[in-house]
Order: sequence, then C-alpha cells, then structure tokens
Amino acid sequence: MWEAADTVIPTREEMYKALEERHGAELQRKLSNASVAVCGLGGLGSNIAIALARAGVGKLHILDFDRVDISNLNRQQYFPEQLGQFKADAMYDTLKRIAPYCDIVKEQVRLDEENIPKLLAEDDIIVEAFDKADQKAMLVNCVLENMPEKYLVSGSGMAGIAPSNIIITKRVTKRFYLCGDGVSDVENGMGLVSSRVLICAGHQAHAVIRIIAGEFDI
Amino acid sequence: MVKINGELLDKDGKTVTEMLADMDISGQRVAVELNEEIVPKAKYGETVLKDGDKVEVVRFVGGG
Repeated sequence: MWEAADTVIPTREEMYKALEERHGAELQRKLSNASVAVCGLGGLGSNIAIALARAGVGKLHILDFDRVDISNLNRQQYFPEQLGQFKADAMYDTLKRIAPYCDIVKEQVRLDEENIPKLLAEDDIIVEAFDKADQKAMLVNCVLENMPEKYLVSGSGMAGIAPSNIIITKRVTKRFYLCGDGVSDVENGMGLVSSRVLICAGHQAHAVIRIIAGEFDI
Repeated sequence: MVKINGELLDKDGKTVTEMLADMDISGQRVAVELNEEIVPKAKYGETVLKDGDKVEVVRFVGGG
C-alpha cells in the first residue's frame, strides 16, 4: 500500500506490474509496445491522451498548434493556471504526472497535407481529434490516401446534449474507425458539453485499445 | 444501382463529384470510400460509379 505521505513516485517496474495485474500480461505487453499519435489536444484529444496514458500505452505522440484558452476549460483537460500555455506543453506535463514512464513526444505544430505523412510516419495508430470539420476531413483523407498501412480513428458529431446512446463507433473500412453521432454539429449553435465530448473521446480511446489488442470488430 | 451509405440509389454513370452535388454535400468536409478504398479528392471528377458499387460517404461535422 502507498501511504499519502509518500512523495516518491513508484518505479517503472512497480507501475508496470500494477498495469499488468489489471490488464493481464499479454494485453499490457501489446499496450506497452504501441505507438499512438493524438492529433489535436482539445476536448477529444486531451481526454483520449489521458485515457491512453493511464492504460499504459508505451508511446504517445501528441500534436497541437494552439494555446490553452479559458473557453476550453468546460471540457478540455487543462487547469486555469495553464491558460496561455501551448496545449502540447500543458498536456505533456499532465501526462507525465499520470504516466511518468510513458514515452511522450510533443509537437507544437499545425498539421497539413504536406507535413502529415512525415510527422506521423512512425506511429501505428493515428487519432483524429480536431474540432473543425474541414480539418477533420483533411487529416482523414490525407492519411487514407498516403498512409494506407495506418489505423485511423476519427471523431465526428458530439456537440450539445443529445442522448449518449446515439454516439457509436463505426468501422468504415478495414483500418478506418469513426466515432460520434455523425450529425451534432457545433455550427448549429450547440455548444460542446464535457460529458458528451468525453463519451466520444471514450469511444475513440477504446477503439484504439481494441485495435492494439488485436480485436478489430466493433 | 449504387449502394450509398447502405441505400440503393440510381447513380450509375455519375462521377463522385456529381453524386456529392446531388446529395447537396460540400466536398471539403467528406471522405468517400468506393468498394472499401478511399477515393482521392483529386479524382472525384473522374471517378465514375457503376452498377453494384458500394460507396460510403463520411460527412464530418464540427466539434471536438
């Protein structure tokens, strides 16, 4: 048992063992060997990155160009004292507190059709977690056209307070998964609410974990 | 007939560009899969649908 007074964090071996006890040795080995890129660190991406770090994914590649804004705090995993920081830096700090032995590569960059094939070349699974519809489409098309060997998990449709249960995971093609309700558009005046964004982020993170586990059906 | 998002529609002979226009969908916010393969955006105008094709049109909406 760890006492509250203990200020020394557990060793790498202790943390691995705790994960192994919960997930089983085989799944934990797969999770530890996986490399996942999370593109966009907003409501979806920050929650997805935290879920994957907690699950013991070995390598996380986190990418975002933006800074933490007060309008993000209703749903994104940042703290008021992080306002103004680059999201890649702020999320890196939080992930390192959660999973100190996770290999995390942070990049403050705006992804585009030119840099995506190069920047994401080393990652097994790519998570699309942008907020703008045209940017989502850009990333998905770019990965599917240029990097057909990658697994891709995208999110679309989670605004407002419509029911939880219309948010689903679809396997569009063999390596392309799509989570969300497909229709709830933030442009229709519906804001993004923490709980519903979290549900979609949970679908995406879980799709990633199932892919890593070798469970490809939905 | 072409199966588009699970629905059989008479789009034989139309290009992907024409199909999207019929559906009133902007090409900037979609990904189009034809028989499980992505259709590159640059080829929407020259990719002609034929009888028996299976098309998935993924429409992206904002928010994240």
